[in-house]
Amino acid sequence: MVGVNKFFGDHQVLKDINLDVHKGEVVVIIGPSGSGKSTLCRSINRLETITSGEIYIDGVKLPEEGKELAKLRSDVGMVFQSFNLFSHKTVLENVTLAPIKVRKTSKEEANKRAMQLLERVGVAAHANKMPAQLSGGQQQRVAIARTLAMDPKVILLDEPTSALDPEMIKEVLDVMVELAKGGMTMIVVTHEMGFARSAGDRVVFMSEGLIVEEADPDEFFTNPQTDRAKDFLSKILTR
Amino acid sequence: MGVIIENLPTYWEGFRTTLLLLLVGGLGASVIGGLVALLRISPIGSLRALGAIYTEVVRNTPLTLVFFFVIVVLPALQLGIDSLYGAFIALSVYTSAFVAEAIRSGINGVPIGQAEAARSVGLTFGQTVVSVVLPQAMRMVVPPLINVFIALTKNTSVAGGFIVFELFAASKVLANANGDKVVPILLGVAAFYLLVTIPLGMIAGRIERKVAVLR
Repeated sequence: MVGVNKFFGDHQVLKDINLDVHKGEVVVIIGPSGSGKSTLCRSINRLETITSGEIYIDGVKLPEEGKELAKLRSDVGMVFQSFNLFSHKTVLENVTLAPIKVRKTSKEEANKRAMQLLERVGVAAHANKMPAQLSGGQQQRVAIARTLAMDPKVILLDEPTSALDPEMIKEVLDVMVELAKGGMTMIVVTHEMGFARSAGDRVVFMSEGLIVEEADPDEFFTNPQTDRAKDFLSKILTR
Repeated sequence: MGVIIENLPTYWEGFRTTLLLLLVGGLGASVIGGLVALLRISPIGSLRALGAIYTEVVRNTPLTLVFFFVIVVLPALQLGIDSLYGAFIALSVYTSAFVAEAIRSGINGVPIGQAEAARSVGLTFGQTVVSVVLPQAMRMVVPPLINVFIALTKNTSVAGGFIVFELFAASKVLANANGDKVVPILLGVAAFYLLVTIPLGMIAGRIERKVAVLR
């Protein structure tokens, strides 16, 4: 990401963002609400368009609308705060839709792979249920499996645990930690400081559209450099 | 009551034409309305505008006026037209605007996250619409669409004023012939309309309950 700016009308939500994420790296973006974390995350696969600047994925510049963009998005996984499972399709169909439609995988092949992935995230038993019949934690794990089915180069996770009941957060975080250990490139917007500490390779702290601080997680949490970060941490860590 | 039974053949003749008008008008309206709805969600601005103009013009024109245009104006332009076909066209065109709006509202009712998720896994705009948005929209569209068809059922009576012998025209003939029994004759006509509209309403209620379970 080079010099990315984004305006909503007069309001600038991203201010000259420069961010480089390496293959296999887990970057955790934290910061107060309204700081532009989610917008940053969503702009990487162009769910938000940017006003200026350039975004490259694997050396390729993010294309404009059209077939090229669809192709790029198939390589960039996205996990949403509100899961967004296709509500008219079963869990299994949710996972196989894109491999069949986009990658032209055969149905048997896609089903087989999907079952392996559902097994991996621990929801294989619910494969033939509708998403609405699952708990939030289960739905989010299905969403992760849906993303993995496309073998993405990078996965963007936009507050994946923020809409979950406390007891379900762990089951999703466990899956994410496992992914991180498996060498997946991940950009995670989260309020889960525990995850940032245990699985993050780097913490990016944002405030008011700016990247204020970038550091190793241990370094950041024990010895934040900027006042803004100190202030933020003091508010969330004393609780 | 006796007068209704005596004149059942006339009622029946009119009722058949009413059903035909409903069927053809409904089909025509669905086809045109579907196309207009697609125009209205198209990523291309000028197509969206075209769809919006069509919808606004058609749905804000009184049905009788649409009939006049089709049945009186078209023949005057040497595009001669049978009044029954004219009625098909007028009903299809008029109803299509309402069908388009019903479909569009259904599409808008599908949460934006569904389309975002579909685009994120690499589906193209077309694939997103066909595989994710429309199947969900259709469920929400059915109840309002049935409302439109109930309105269409009753609107077919306008054709009676343009020399199409449907249920309402039949009632005029019968009322003229039996001047002392106008009220039972009109009640008979109403009953025939209810024969169509009440089952339609029941279907709508059924589907609504089904959709409610799915959500």
